[in-house]
Amino acid sequence: MADAAAPATLAQKIIARAAGRPAVTPGEIVTCRVDLALLLDSGGPRRIWPRLKELGATVWDPERIVLVTDHFVPAVDAESAAILRLTRDFARQFGIRRFFDMQGIGHVLLMEQGLLQPGMFVCGGDSHSSNGGAFGAYVMGFGAIEMTGVVVTGEIWVPVPDTIRVNWSGGFARGITAKDVMLVLCRELGMDNAFRCIEYGGDTVAAMSLGERAVLCNMAAELGAETGLVEADATTVEAIRAAGREPVADALGWRSDPAATYRAVHDFDAARLVPQVAAPHSPANSGAVTALPDTAIDQAYIGSCMGAKLEDLHCVAEVLRGRRVAAGVRFLVAPASQKIWAEAAADGTLAAITAAGATFLPSGCGACAALGAGVLAEDEVCISSTNRNFKGRMGANSAEVYLASPYTVAASAVAGRITDPREFLS
Amino acid sequence: MTVRLRGRAWVFGSDVNTDVMAPGLYVKAPMAEMARHCMEALDPRFAAEVRPGDIVVGGERFGVGSAREQAAMALTHLGVGAVLAVSFGRIFYRNALNFGLPALFFPQAAEIHAGDELEVEPLAGLIRNTTRGREYRVDGIPAHLMDMVAAGGLMPYLKRRLAGPREERD
Repeated sequence: MADAAAPATLAQKIIARAAGRPAVTPGEIVTCRVDLALLLDSGGPRRIWPRLKELGATVWDPERIVLVTDHFVPAVDAESAAILRLTRDFARQFGIRRFFDMQGIGHVLLMEQGLLQPGMFVCGGDSHSSNGGAFGAYVMGFGAIEMTGVVVTGEIWVPVPDTIRVNWSGGFARGITAKDVMLVLCRELGMDNAFRCIEYGGDTVAAMSLGERAVLCNMAAELGAETGLVEADATTVEAIRAAGREPVADALGWRSDPAATYRAVHDFDAARLVPQVAAPHSPANSGAVTALPDTAIDQAYIGSCMGAKLEDLHCVAEVLRGRRVAAGVRFLVAPASQKIWAEAAADGTLAAITAAGATFLPSGCGACAALGAGVLAEDEVCISSTNRNFKGRMGANSAEVYLASPYTVAASAVAGRITDPREFLS
Repeated sequence: MTVRLRGRAWVFGSDVNTDVMAPGLYVKAPMAEMARHCMEALDPRFAAEVRPGDIVVGGERFGVGSAREQAAMALTHLGVGAVLAVSFGRIFYRNALNFGLPALFFPQAAEIHAGDELEVEPLAGLIRNTTRGREYRVDGIPAHLMDMVAAGGLMPYLKRRLAGPREERD
């Protein structure tokens, strides 16, 4: 039995609280009460509603459910239209007040709407739910079958993970982003980290915005981890206030104890980072952009929960100002939410990207998962600000997807081949 | 859930991801159609030739990737009896057990060859390669999931829980 007074990691503290236990130990399996459940049109009502009917059950608490349409928006065919209609009917039928229809990608909306607080235990019906760990919340992704269990019971079993602490120190050089950090970590830590939680820290992470921290936590999914976390600090509290909510009273207390036990601690130097690219067909197949052989591209893509927030669009605009997208290259940009569209319109970012010849697409998961506009044909080559480049992920099985930061994607769109963005930044 | 499963081995390498089991281009389609494209990027014969009871053997990180449950459902739709792999993507592993598809961690997966006849006892954690006369003891289904897997997956388990007497719910 774990000792409540023993030093604990943030993951242990949140799971203990959600399980109603004084303390928990890595390796234990515990049942947690769910503070918030994120359902998406992909694995949400279309898969859960028939099961509720089969069980004769209803939702345990409509106030704790957030429902978002993002995978199949806007409808492109009869099937996606039917899925969206069913999702809207579900919101009405069960009185889901927090229903965001075509407002943006769910993981980004949770941040924008201030729905995440330090110490929360959150389940999402999508693998990139870990994104929300940026707020010091424990946010895990599950399949629709398990989200059915959550929606019916408000509970789920989880393993108490070992925590791996990843410290980054030093400032980024020009043209380096949190995405480059994650492409290094996919290579260095590998993608086999089940039953582990990745806790990011160090002065580099402390200096990051919540959007950048979300990039680290989002790609904890690519590390194969239970989830990713950043301890709560003044930046977290500010972000919650900026979203129009009051932080919980104990917000700043959701941190690991200094003497907590980690399975491993890794230290990295951010100042020495160079732009990274992951070659097909794995995020772990990464290396310095300077080491990549000459690679011509057909398409460049800025999109997804991972790579299309306002700060990402700012990186793109910075590269594109006074330049043109290369002839023969399609540069597709899908801002992650309606709020980001509005902000990017107001500050001139949209105009700068449009003037360079890029094409805007609606907010949503879209081409990242071969669901919306921007799907790749056989043998096409794409560089993308998204998080996954598995075979067939963005369309045809023989298409080749390279992952990189928004800077590198934009520079490559201008050059027509995968390019070091530092040449484009003053 | 059958106590002993028998079938031919279909052997795949490491990093068999959910996008190849349930390609994004087909996730809106009915399961019968989507399942026809299961694994086609790795082995175009698989969906057409896999027989009920056959056993899928993978390397490291089997089912890495998205939360889409259609990955596990496509395998059960095609009649796959069990998945044996060195390690699993965490959501795929949970999805498989939730659909009553036994998934066992099998460190010696590389010793299995395509077409080998296997016998698997998932609850006991026993794997027999009858073609090569080898037997392996591995971790069985985790104790806390035994009830759920034995009930046939999460749905039968939830039905029992919702219908059962109060003390069974706690």
